[in-house]
Amino acid sequence: MNPSGNPIARWLDSDVGYSLRNSPVAIVAAIVAFICLFCALFAGWVAPQDPFDLASLELADARQPPIWLEGGNPKYWLGTDDQGRDILSAVIHGARISLVVGLTSVVLSLLIGVSLGLLAGFLGGWVDALLMRLCDVMLSFPAILVALLIAGVGRALFPNAQTPVAFGVLIVSITLTGWVQYARTVRGSTLVERDKEYVQAARLIGVPQLRILRRHILPNVLGPVLVLATIQVATAILTEATLSFLGVGVPPTSPSLGTLIRVGNDYLFSGEWWITVFPGAMLIIIALSINLLGDWLRDALNPRLR
Amino acid sequence: MNSPYMDTPTASPLSPSNATQPGESLVRVEGLSKTFDLSASWLSRLLSGRQASLLRAVDGVSFTIPRGATLALVGESGCGKSTLARLLVGLHQPSSGKVLFDGADVHQSIRNDANGALARQLRQRVQMIFQDPYASLDPRWTVGEIVAEPLLEHGLASPGPALEERVGALLQSVGLSGSDRARFPHQFSGGQRQRISIARALATEPDFLVCDEPTSALDVSVQAQVLNLMRDLQRERGLTYLFISHNLAVVRYVSDSVGVMYLGRLVEWAPKARLFASPRHPYTRMLLDAIPKLRDTGRARTPVQGEVPDPLDPPTGCAFHPRCPSANERCRRERPILIGDETGVNAGRVACHAVEEGRLSG
Amino acid sequence: MSLLEVKDLVVEFPTRRGLLRALDGVSFAIAPGEILGVVGESGAGKSLTGAAIIGLLDPPGRIASGEIRLAGERIDQCSEVELRAIRGRRIGAIFQDPLASLDPLYSVGQQLIETIRTHLPLTEGQARQRAIELLEETGIPAPGERINHYPHQFSGGMRQRVVIALALAAQPQLVIADEPTTALDVSIQAQVIGLLKRICHDRGAAVMLITHDMGVIAETCDRVAVMYAGRIVEIGPVQQVIHAPAHPYTMGLMASIPDLETDRERLAQIDGAMPRLDAIPSGCAFHPRCPRTLERCRRERPELMAAGSTRAACWLHATEAEAEAEAAQ
Repeated sequence: MNPSGNPIARWLDSDVGYSLRNSPVAIVAAIVAFICLFCALFAGWVAPQDPFDLASLELADARQPPIWLEGGNPKYWLGTDDQGRDILSAVIHGARISLVVGLTSVVLSLLIGVSLGLLAGFLGGWVDALLMRLCDVMLSFPAILVALLIAGVGRALFPNAQTPVAFGVLIVSITLTGWVQYARTVRGSTLVERDKEYVQAARLIGVPQLRILRRHILPNVLGPVLVLATIQVATAILTEATLSFLGVGVPPTSPSLGTLIRVGNDYLFSGEWWITVFPGAMLIIIALSINLLGDWLRDALNPRLR
Repeated sequence: MNSPYMDTPTASPLSPSNATQPGESLVRVEGLSKTFDLSASWLSRLLSGRQASLLRAVDGVSFTIPRGATLALVGESGCGKSTLARLLVGLHQPSSGKVLFDGADVHQSIRNDANGALARQLRQRVQMIFQDPYASLDPRWTVGEIVAEPLLEHGLASPGPALEERVGALLQSVGLSGSDRARFPHQFSGGQRQRISIARALATEPDFLVCDEPTSALDVSVQAQVLNLMRDLQRERGLTYLFISHNLAVVRYVSDSVGVMYLGRLVEWAPKARLFASPRHPYTRMLLDAIPKLRDTGRARTPVQGEVPDPLDPPTGCAFHPRCPSANERCRRERPILIGDETGVNAGRVACHAVEEGRLSG
Repeated sequence: MSLLEVKDLVVEFPTRRGLLRALDGVSFAIAPGEILGVVGESGAGKSLTGAAIIGLLDPPGRIASGEIRLAGERIDQCSEVELRAIRGRRIGAIFQDPLASLDPLYSVGQQLIETIRTHLPLTEGQARQRAIELLEETGIPAPGERINHYPHQFSGGMRQRVVIALALAAQPQLVIADEPTTALDVSIQAQVIGLLKRICHDRGAAVMLITHDMGVIAETCDRVAVMYAGRIVEIGPVQQVIHAPAHPYTMGLMASIPDLETDRERLAQIDGAMPRLDAIPSGCAFHPRCPRTLERCRRERPELMAAGSTRAACWLHATEAEAEAEAAQ
């Protein structure tokens, strides 16, 4: 282990860093994911055009094919849609919305799931039984159905929903389908850690239960959660895309990748395939790179495989 | 809480002014029992007609430990010694009986007010060292944080140079160096981790240490280092130990008196010299005979029979009777009680009908 | 002729920190019917030696060089198929954890019969009869009934007896027992060790008994090899090694074992710890901890040489060995 040197150099020298350096798939996946994240965060600067600015659209440029096909326009690398929007810009902005929704709902799921899992595992008894039955109930519903239900309820409650509220409902619905995984994983790990001697030693010192939970058990159960969260980001993005595709996701004024795919679907049979294919490809690239990263992380953090 | 002691802390039974003198009993255990209910849930029992299964892990154990001495408890699996250890430090509540530490009832103090002054004093003066050196230290904390935790919890030092100095001194007293405080447990060997556990246990300057098989997981040469360290610390600081082990040779080295446990019961207690020179209970004799020896002493050996029965379904009467070569009808019916003197030239207590009736040879 | 002969065995583990030598030139022999104990502390390499002989090294560990001969034939370079034929039929194995050695899904009888029929040309009925006899020999009461029981229906000590029966089912010439009694209660240990000794003696099987418990070695073995940091530092008849050890490590080890029979004022201790595999000292691996180091110990690694009635890898005995060598010429 290299005790000196800056933290990044130290991390690269660690077992996890070594594993990353030796796994070409993971390196590529990490780079791709990073690029997507970067583009999405700085969409305003990266995208050549702002697809939501109606003034900048030129209807005359509508339905133009990508640059490498005949009829293509160098101004629009990936072609345009029926309203003259640059597909590349739309995809970048759409990715940003998908990523924001996905990441937010994962963070919220994490907070809820980890807290409940810790409580269930540590307290045991009826608290544990109640929470686990709740998990079982939630798992018996398909995620999309739950999300549809909540979205529907949201629309009924807020019929003239402003954009932030619509986003809020969407994020809540994805969050509520995702927390169960964390709760169960953390509960299992908590059950194991709770009986270990270092926890008994802390009790013997007189440390209050809540502090034991927070300072001793929590850091030791977070390992599998990290892997889960990485993979769940991809699932959350896909769930959001599905919901948007079905028309109950993001409001139409801020199209995510799912919305773009749906809109583009209508033009598939008239030959303008690029309107739906490129958003779809972007979705796949994001989900795939995150999944591969998650797979690698799980193997890298598994002490037995090292 | 309306304890009269709360108003006059100096008169508390745990305050130093009331401290027991060396030789007086510091720890007194009376009729301690702990039963675990391992039955299936009520509903499934109702449906399947099964009985409740109760595990009598500790069954009516009594002994005393004088200040500055070491009592060793020996026994095989299922004898309840680990449960007893946890009962003594307050990690379990007993089903019946009591534990008196320096005159104060340990479990009542905790029950009355888990955060009260009495309970906190107990936590400072009674500590424990565990068997598994790998699971007894939080893998995510540095050694310095681990050793500092009791100091911070009891307000014995505030974060800063004073704390650092105390942590360094504690580490040095167990043979490690102060610079080890920045490292993590996984960077140390098993023996070194036990030393860290000992340093942590000593942080609050306890009087009484319960040691649950502290060297069983260690290699022989490392065990020697840790045992020597524990002995030195006992001499320097006047510590009292309850030392639990299944290894009789280690017990011979560390103890002043020895208690033998079988299926949750104390079957024999004697000062060390007497127990090893003339063991009385048939189980003690069997244990001593069964251990593989380095030297053949030519002593006639009692053949070993059977295995430890299932603690969930113990034999009637004397728990050892199915394996005992001297068992008679009374042994099957009646549970023997521990009889004998605690002090004096004939100190030694046995729970055995054969001994009582004089049927045992030698 | 020796039944098992190991010569200069080297086992290496390629890791990202470099090549680690877990066994560094281990040599010993076991005669037919003999019980050899292999004793050492954690990390000394005793379990690895047993694993290497049976061909059960966990990858990436591998035998880098050296020879292992069973009744004259080399077995260290056999293919997996050949090894499978050897395991069971010619070498039996007993491991520490009986729960892990027995398949919980099959009855004890099924596992015994399977092993017997894999290696011996017997019919189902004959194999079953042989299995019942085996169970009886290992002291399991009512073997006719218990042959149909599953492993979880046996207690710890009984399970280990079943494992012994399984190891001896195909009548191997050599049994490798790796910490067979460590997980058992003390009173059961004596029973199981006695059984192992008797049953191997009756069948003329040699035993390689790997353990960290010197008491077990004293009661069971004919000869013992003491291992340290992947090497054998002393080997010889059991009583000599235990009561008159020649190597300083063995001396330190014996002095640090608490004695059941006598009171000791203080246990001798060997300061320091066994070196890690990536930090093995030059010359003699024990020299940093040795109270009697010579200059030579730091530079040259000693081979096993004559030292009284045992053989020890220690330069302190160099003069004696040289004198003997000269006398032999």
